Amino acid sequence: MLLLAFDTATPAVTAAVLDTGTGEVLASADQIDARRHGELLLPTVDAVLREAGVAKERLGAIAVGVGPGPYTGLRVGLATAAALGHALGIPVHGVCTLDGIARAARDGGFVDGPFLVATDARRKEVYWARYDADGVRVEGPAVDRPAEIDEKLATLPAVGAGALLYPDAFPGALEQAPAHQSAAALAAFAADALASGAELPSPSTPLYLRRPDAEVPKNYKTVLPS
Amino acid sequence: MAADEPLVLGIETSCDETGVGIVRGTTLLADAVASSVEEHGRYGGVVPEIASRAHLEAMVPTVQRALDQAGVKASDLDGIAVTAGPGLAGALLVGVSAAKAYAYALGKPLYGVNHLASHICVDQLEHGRLPEPTMALLVSGGHSSLLLTEDITSSVRSLGATIDDAAGEAFDKVARLLNLGFPGGPVIDRYAREGDPKAIAFPRGLSGAKDPAYDFSFSGLKTAVSRWVEAKRRAGEEVPVRDVSASFQEAVVDVLTRKAIRACKDEGVDHLMIGGGVAANSRLRALAQERCDRAGVTLRVPRPKLCTDNGAMVAALGSEMVRRDRAPSAFDLSADSSLPVTDTHVPADHDQLHRLSE
Ligand SMILES: [Zn+2]
Repeated sequence: MLLLAFDTATPAVTAAVLDTGTGEVLASADQIDARRHGELLLPTVDAVLREAGVAKERLGAIAVGVGPGPYTGLRVGLATAAALGHALGIPVHGVCTLDGIARAARDGGFVDGPFLVATDARRKEVYWARYDADGVRVEGPAVDRPAEIDEKLATLPAVGAGALLYPDAFPGALEQAPAHQSAAALAAFAADALASGAELPSPSTPLYLRRPDAEVPKNYKTVLPS
Repeated sequence: MAADEPLVLGIETSCDETGVGIVRGTTLLADAVASSVEEHGRYGGVVPEIASRAHLEAMVPTVQRALDQAGVKASDLDGIAVTAGPGLAGALLVGVSAAKAYAYALGKPLYGVNHLASHICVDQLEHGRLPEPTMALLVSGGHSSLLLTEDITSSVRSLGATIDDAAGEAFDKVARLLNLGFPGGPVIDRYAREGDPKAIAFPRGLSGAKDPAYDFSFSGLKTAVSRWVEAKRRAGEEVPVRDVSASFQEAVVDVLTRKAIRACKDEGVDHLMIGGGVAANSRLRALAQERCDRAGVTLRVPRPKLCTDNGAMVAALGSEMVRRDRAPSAFDLSADSSLPVTDTHVPADHDQLHRLSE
């Protein structure tokens, strides 16, 4: 099956086409531009499909990163995936964005024991998750201030831009490991999960992890001088 | 309905309504709307992040509902139109992302169009093609504008707009002051029907001889209503909600219609259309009709459901773009929260058009 994968939950705008039969990544593209997910995603999807020589009608499924990640960018990927899946009549599978980064770190040989993945959640917080030696997520995803993460965990090897951003909190941050998401790794993770029958998160339930910022207005303010 | 007229699906997500409409030419085939208004109620106004989350959830089901309603296949469409702006940035981006994906997957041209021009163009679904020129008064919670259009696909000019609150915002704030809930427009309209519009002389903003002829201001009016109501409350008297509603509403619609008629006369335009959510206001409709009749201007007001934000209006403008052979948008189309009203649509530049046709 031909699997199209993309993710917009980190500063990366990344897309890839994977042949799940052979495990071969037919094409992939990664750009880092946190402010232009909306402009860049569809042209990037088009570019990888062209490079792979795959007509969109031949796609069998879509895998999309469901976060956690800054909401506006995250929604670009999810809205795109939902509409593509609907129009093409193919299933859309969600993947926790941190699982993609974890997969890339393991496939790249940067980790072999337990480790953390942390991305930038802004507002001095990180989105993070903990993985065991087999690369299985055992804790998270969660959003916290780096200093609030249990010290025993925070000293594990850590990958991702969130770990690099707070070296004091993450002394095990691995500078050489990929800092952002890559859709090729996301696709590989999704393909394995689908093959093994593992459950993937619903693409219609983004991992926001925070409630919307909204304040109930205070009681009516008087305008007459008191 | 002419079978050869362009069949277009339109997506609107600029505020709190997820709208998907389908039109063929000037014929409305489907108008599906999912609203998050109830979730915003307790905040007294639209919360952008709540709206954006709701758009994402509602998008695909609303598109499917529109296709079912219209009884057409997605593959039969001649184009996909979407509100590119103005509006809430994050909310717009959900619609724009989905529209691009639909256009791409279906192999159809994409038209990023202007929300305000769409509000004007929707009247074509009710009263047939817009006369050229047409004066438009757009009034809602987000806008209060006087616009002159010579060609809805390419020429819309702003004559005036609110310098502070939008008209609908003033309704919301006064409704909150009177503890009538959110949104304020419909409930104030209802109370006003039983009140005396002349009971309280509220100010008419920017109506002096030296004031800008076509601009609006509702902030002073809102403050005047607050002061009046507070004074009553402090004196321990009961607030006459019906009279306050009627007098406030009269002040708003008096200024709106007066300035709109004046613009028609000054510009020699004999058709006035009124759109936006506040166009549903019964007193605005009645007074506009009265004054248009007196001035020899033909009034066009679409039915209330087409006046509020919806996908049909976007589809109506998209269909007109196809009919007049306007250039489609590129797939790097961005959502522009402050898209100028003069940008009726966002065409691809010349180089991009070449790439699109590859
Ligand atoms: Zn509107």
